[in-house]
Amino acid sequence: MRGPKFFLWLLIAAAIVFGVARLIDNAYVFFAGYVVLQYIALATAWNILGGYTGYVNFGTAAFFALGAYTTVALHKLTSLPLPLMMPIGGLVSGIVGLGTGYLTLRLRGAFFSIATLALAVVAQTLITNWNFVGGSRGAYIIRPATTPLFGIDYIQYLFLIMLALVVIVLATARAIERSRLGYGFATIRDDEVAAEASGVPTLRLKLLATTLSGAFMGMAGAPLPYYVTYLDPASGFSLAYAVNGVAMPLVGGTSSWLGPVIGAVLLGTLQQVATVTISSALNLLIVGLMLVAFVIVAPNGILGLLRFRSGRA
Amino acid sequence: MEMSLDLLGNAVVSGLLLGGFYAAVTIGVSISFGMLDIVNIAHPAFIILGSYIAYIANTTLGMDPILASVIALPAFYLLGAAVYQVYYVAFERRGDEALRGLAFFFGLLFITEVTLVLVFGVDYRLVEAPYIGPSLHLGIVDLPLRLLVPCVVALIMIGGLQLFMSRTFLGRAILAVAQDQLALRLMAANPPRIKRIAFGLSIATASIAGAVLIIIQPVEPSIGRDYIGRVFAICVLGGMGSFAGTVVAAMALGIVESLTSTFYGPSWSPAVAFGFLLVTLAVRPAGIFGR
Repeated sequence: MRGPKFFLWLLIAAAIVFGVARLIDNAYVFFAGYVVLQYIALATAWNILGGYTGYVNFGTAAFFALGAYTTVALHKLTSLPLPLMMPIGGLVSGIVGLGTGYLTLRLRGAFFSIATLALAVVAQTLITNWNFVGGSRGAYIIRPATTPLFGIDYIQYLFLIMLALVVIVLATARAIERSRLGYGFATIRDDEVAAEASGVPTLRLKLLATTLSGAFMGMAGAPLPYYVTYLDPASGFSLAYAVNGVAMPLVGGTSSWLGPVIGAVLLGTLQQVATVTISSALNLLIVGLMLVAFVIVAPNGILGLLRFRSGRA
Repeated sequence: MEMSLDLLGNAVVSGLLLGGFYAAVTIGVSISFGMLDIVNIAHPAFIILGSYIAYIANTTLGMDPILASVIALPAFYLLGAAVYQVYYVAFERRGDEALRGLAFFFGLLFITEVTLVLVFGVDYRLVEAPYIGPSLHLGIVDLPLRLLVPCVVALIMIGGLQLFMSRTFLGRAILAVAQDQLALRLMAANPPRIKRIAFGLSIATASIAGAVLIIIQPVEPSIGRDYIGRVFAICVLGGMGSFAGTVVAAMALGIVESLTSTFYGPSWSPAVAFGFLLVTLAVRPAGIFGR
């Protein structure tokens, strides 16, 4: 399937998702659906770096929260509409990704991962100390009274925006997979020394992947303040984002754009259902156990298991 | 001027003591990451586990936290050996350390933290011991025993490990594994077995590090994450696996952090550790004593 055709199918799928949600006509469907869509965007963004180049980012929460806090700052300073705030949030997170990558990506992959872990702690420290965006008290965001689109309420509007982002992120991820860029990323993942020796500009490609991945995470976080209406550092930088960002692609399968989608829909829905019935800490424990179980038993995720089955049949 | 000299002297001394404690926290990573090339980002979580064991022994049995951590050493050693066995079978043998091995340790970090939250909640816990509270006074400098005891315990532990590494056959085998695994295999030694022992030792140090941590500050399950940046910055700056380097780098970070928190406020200290890590990686990835 060629790129434009795939994009068309994505749009049709998105239209069906939105149509079905409208048919059910229950605000909770949009509330829960928004979170699942947000995780699809985060998991796919993580996979652009983690799955395609093999560099592990543990700082999903940091990139995500920086996008969200950019929105908080813009909301206080300007009256920009949300769809314009998202690229700015993405830009901020992308630049942070570029900077972290520039300092650490020339070394072994493990150093980049460690730096992203520490980045999450530091970004949270900075936001907690920055009173303009609410500091440790948190910030309240008042949603606009009306939505720019006629006839839908605000939560449906947020759902639609996140759906659009998912379409963009998925189309980008798949386009990368099938392009020279994607093959370049794959050479880095498979044998970086050989890639470098064959003239692949590995550092430039890694920086590109880090920036793009970080930017998409920031864009996924940008609508968050309007969704929760109250944002504090502890919830913006929640460990849930860090662990889900890693667990969803690895559980689903990192080799193709479909893997993170499977992982995000599965784990995201599971958590939405489980949050209602059990505590959120237990919920996260399940995600952690699934992550460890999958990397040990099924290194290629659900996608790998499916291929294994179909290969035998 | 007199005042600020006082302040400066005290900040440097408490930084040195803090650095001794940081060395205890890092030494396990110096073994696992520095020598064995196992990127154990879950190490701080094992330290917090050690803190909670010291806490339980202290509050229910009234035991000294350091004594409790020494008693728990064999359990931590076995835990470490078991973790290495899983890591070896599932990742190292398959040559899959980079992506999934890292995710495995991240998962362990996460599971340990969430389990502690489920069992103990998110309240800060602390221990009681006679040396928490009083200080020694040397001229203008205060030596709080709360910092001095952990520093001394840390240096004794690291000294012991250094003796073990340089004087015993097993210790030298661990150093050899760090240098050339193939050569060791040709000498009819079994690298996975030696690495299992070494990794067990590295996790055992987390027991003592956990006890000194809860002496220095109250502990809750997520504070382990504050130490990840510090621990790896110290390990790299110390030259990856050099014990003396680890102590020197830990004390350097301790002094920098102590000065920052004296003159700018303690809420900035996690940022200092991260800056330290980034500068280390960008400028001197081979460490201070590196070639």
